[in-house]
Amino acid sequence: MSTKHIENASAREATSRRDFLKVGAVLTLAIYLPGCSPGDDKGAGAAASGATKFEPNAFVRIGADNTVTVISKHIEMGQGTYTGLATLVAEELDAAWSQISVEGAPADAKRYGNLAMGGIQGTGGSTAIANSYEQYRQAGAAAKAMLVAAAANRWKVAAGEIQVAGGVVSHAASKKTAAFGDLVADAAALPVPTDIKLKDPKDFVYIGKAVTARVDARAKSTGTAKYTQDVQLPGMLTAVIMHPPRFGSKVKSVDDTKARAIKGVVNVVTFVTPVSTGVAVLANDFWSAKKGRDALAVEWDETNAFSQGSAEIMADYRKLAKTPGAVARNDGDVDAAFKKAARVIEATYEVPFLAHSSMEPLNCVVQISENACEIWNGEQFQTLDQGAVAKLLGMPPENVKFNMLFAGGSFGRRANPLGDYVLEAAAIAKAAATPMPVKMVWTREEDTKGGFYRPAYVHQFKAGLDKDGTIVAWHQRIVGQSIMGGGPMQGMVQNGIDPTSVEGAANLPYTIPNLRVELHTTTIGVPIQWWRSVGSSHSAYAIECFLDELAKATNKDPFELRRGLLANHPRHKAVLELAAEKAEWSKPLAAGRTRGIAVHESFGTVVAEVAEVTKTAAGYKLDRVVCSVDCGVAVNPNIIAMQMESGIGYGLSAALSGAITLKGGLVEQSNFHQYTVLRMNQAPAIEVHIVPSTEKPTGVGEPGTPVIAPALVNALMASTGKPIRALPLSAQGIKMA
Amino acid sequence: MAALTINGKSVEVDVDPDMPLLWALRDHLSMTGTKYGCGMALCGACTVHIDGQPSRSCSIPVSAVEGKQITTIETIGDSKVGAAAQEAWITENVAQCGYCQSGQIMSATALLTGNKAPTDADIDAAMSGNICRCATYPRIRAAIKRAAGSLA
Repeated sequence: MSTKHIENASAREATSRRDFLKVGAVLTLAIYLPGCSPGDDKGAGAAASGATKFEPNAFVRIGADNTVTVISKHIEMGQGTYTGLATLVAEELDAAWSQISVEGAPADAKRYGNLAMGGIQGTGGSTAIANSYEQYRQAGAAAKAMLVAAAANRWKVAAGEIQVAGGVVSHAASKKTAAFGDLVADAAALPVPTDIKLKDPKDFVYIGKAVTARVDARAKSTGTAKYTQDVQLPGMLTAVIMHPPRFGSKVKSVDDTKARAIKGVVNVVTFVTPVSTGVAVLANDFWSAKKGRDALAVEWDETNAFSQGSAEIMADYRKLAKTPGAVARNDGDVDAAFKKAARVIEATYEVPFLAHSSMEPLNCVVQISENACEIWNGEQFQTLDQGAVAKLLGMPPENVKFNMLFAGGSFGRRANPLGDYVLEAAAIAKAAATPMPVKMVWTREEDTKGGFYRPAYVHQFKAGLDKDGTIVAWHQRIVGQSIMGGGPMQGMVQNGIDPTSVEGAANLPYTIPNLRVELHTTTIGVPIQWWRSVGSSHSAYAIECFLDELAKATNKDPFELRRGLLANHPRHKAVLELAAEKAEWSKPLAAGRTRGIAVHESFGTVVAEVAEVTKTAAGYKLDRVVCSVDCGVAVNPNIIAMQMESGIGYGLSAALSGAITLKGGLVEQSNFHQYTVLRMNQAPAIEVHIVPSTEKPTGVGEPGTPVIAPALVNALMASTGKPIRALPLSAQGIKMA
Repeated sequence: MAALTINGKSVEVDVDPDMPLLWALRDHLSMTGTKYGCGMALCGACTVHIDGQPSRSCSIPVSAVEGKQITTIETIGDSKVGAAAQEAWITENVAQCGYCQSGQIMSATALLTGNKAPTDADIDAAMSGNICRCATYPRIRAAIKRAAGSLA
């Protein structure tokens, strides 16, 4: 499957938007459908008639060789989307799972836009399955209807008498059967149906069943899956880069004499994009380029360099937290409630910058020819990157072509709203003025030091309790940079509030009559970006741990306290109760063992987790995590479990030891010895329990992440009796076994 | 020029002797299954077998492996143990982004070759040098045990 990513790209681009196509020797059935609204379905003719609102999309292709190719408009970066989208098509098409393969779509927002992102093509916000749920099912259902119609014509029987199951079309009375491939030529001559009926969920054979193995499992278990790092093209050069040591610096002068003397080095260029700048060494292979990069002598213009350290940044934030901010939510009369409160409890929580640190360091392959640009990339934000590169190179966006590769992780990083790393690759190829493809590779050190971090934040809390210990007032003030502000997402910032800065807080589900959330948006020179679960990555920790402080102060059980506060949110309550039930919350634990619980909604999905720790001579051991999740219809229960496990592991890395720190503007971490991440010996056993649901599916890639830090920290507080008001734990004197 | 024995075949590579084996494999022999992750032997994505021992190819110059038997992910499935590991990986749905899994499978195969029934502690010891940012660790553990079972 993986190699098809590249090979088929040109073939797909060459295809028209009509029905049946010959691609090479394979006769191909391609189904094109309108966006998402069956009522406005004009079939394949919509494009020809000039309609723009329902420009047809292309999601499934059936070959005469009986292969069913699902075209994924979303990147596969580990989250299982290729499998999820294939599940949707296979379900309605009644294909055999073994005949399905998936390939990445080209950049074309009209056909492949994300319906949850206003139609721009991109993957993020845990939207891939949620926005495709009906669209990809319709694609499969339309294909099936055409195959059935073709069989009915050929066999001269009524379409209603024809069955499709497991990739076989059959007519019981005449005992006739056909494979999909046998019917492709006939089906090609038929119009795309305008009345597409989706299955009744009770008839599902794939959706909700743990029967579909990942489509990429074999390629990724045999070393044959192709990532951007693996792209090899004739004449290709590898570019290894050097960024300024401090954010905001520029290149003053470059002495590349020693670099150019290294065997294999062919060029050294300074690159400038609207986002970043630096020096690149181009060579015939990575090692030569890396040696050349290390031999560079660069002087930097630090006139506008950011030179603060983390200590000063956080000190500034703490000061700001004492002053009123922009109001994101204001229920009841908070000031009056605090005056009347029998008791007031205050606490300040802090989190550091975090790097995404995917296993595949950032990279991108670019080839520039006359008035065209071809890019090979694990591409997460097609429309924005296409536009940014087109602008940089002075060509129309449609002349910038993308070939999709697997991404070796992303966790948000490959969807940079400014297109930082993709622009760099294009700028390097342009500066080198080479017609050859250029593979830009960031070293792990560049990847760690290169910015676009999860921002650091301070959360200041004040809670008012009445004489019975009931929470009557809640005041939360958040201080930190805006992820959405200042770029193409600026429109999301309304009245001084970036919703991602206050997510989890402004929509606090707990019933508290007087509640205020305020925000201070800071502007400092550290480039930042969304990081798996975005605002929830810090708000869940701060809120859920402060809530446990209140439980402790009022001698309440943390589970029962939450349960009581969630009376108006039955979905949250059910998820919380399921986690508690499966973790046997009410049963006492052995001596030395404690547990913590947390619940949080992000991207429409609610997750609760219970963490169990044991105090040992070597430190605390996280033994197990029990996770419950409500994400609507469970399209693929295997993938949901995998994403919860992954989200928990990713959140754990950050909770245990994840921190990017600055000193005098210099990032202090460079590689995995300093930016340490979760390893096998620290990984807990994880149980995942899915709440049955018939609601539309919501995302699972991110919502598991934010809940583990508070669950773990609450388990530790249950042991030590002391709150832990800053992460990571390694910086708070907490030793983990 | 370095004379190497890779996956049972003798090959000559025209590279400087200080080039790490990883880059000779990837950039000069087009064997891209072995991955670059950190360049400092910290993450295990580049793990290959050198005379049967799991080794970080990003930090071993080609000059140090001349005359040794180098095995990579490209042929590990030819061995009974490697094939069992790969099948277990698929059955347990281990891979997510998959970028680290070549290295994981090479480490796991080395473990299973020398230890027919690895305990959790054995797995921790053998696998903690391999980072997975998707945190597929519980499934890697399960897959190693499944592979051990299938080989028993």
